Amino acid sequence: MSPVFYILATLTIGGALAAMLLKHLIHAALAVTIAFAGMALLFLELDAQFVGFAQILVYIGAVAILIVFAILLTRGADLPKEGVFSRSWITGLAIAAGVFAVIGWAILQSIDAVPQRNAVPAVSVHDIGNALVGRYVLPLEIVALLLTAATIGAVIVAMHEKERSR
Amino acid sequence: MTAFPSPLVGYLLVAAMLFAIGLAGALIRRNAIMVLIGIELMLNSANLNLIAFWRFGPHPEALTGVMFALFSIAVAAAEAAVGLGLVISIYRHTNTTELDKINRLKG
Repeated sequence: MSPVFYILATLTIGGALAAMLLKHLIHAALAVTIAFAGMALLFLELDAQFVGFAQILVYIGAVAILIVFAILLTRGADLPKEGVFSRSWITGLAIAAGVFAVIGWAILQSIDAVPQRNAVPAVSVHDIGNALVGRYVLPLEIVALLLTAATIGAVIVAMHEKERSR
Repeated sequence: MTAFPSPLVGYLLVAAMLFAIGLAGALIRRNAIMVLIGIELMLNSANLNLIAFWRFGPHPEALTGVMFALFSIAVAAAEAAVGLGLVISIYRHTNTTELDKINRLKG
């Protein structure tokens, strides 16, 4: 484990925690952008350069902007009067802690079974492109269809409705 | 710096932590947009697991982990677009994005 990993892990987890705890939605959106950036840097640290840059393009470039737009369009920048957490927050926290305990226990139980390969994988963007239009061409087409349908669906859902004639 | 016996375990623990934070946010926040952010964090932590297993697994040249993560990013982007469109549409009907107040199916 390199020191870089510890720095990036702290950055990512800190960003995620801040996003979930901050009161102002705009601050939370900025904090989650930090978490997304930390995740992209973790991908780069794992020698998955293409996925890291795709993460930066899609999450920081598109999803974070979309979140800020949604916050501003729904007047979410105002502070709610009754607090930011729901009434049953203690149950939700207990469920999340339980899930983390179970996953952490499973990981620590399987330390001897996890693969230990340390050589850096020699994979270029060229290989990824060839695989995308070769072996993975059907999933690629399905994702293209899904993105088209999602774009049209999002526009139709968010489109201003006409007043119904009574 | 050898706190973990294998680097993969460190990445898996970070991903588990992020998943738990995202789940907690999705369960306890009042605002619908924050619930969507929590779901995005959970999807992201799953991607980290896929990439970590690809990096330390026995056959990285098969590219399965990278492909899975790429398609997962595409699906997450579609989900975010539709989810935030739904939030804006609900806001237009009920004038709020607080989930405790959205308790009617009829618009």
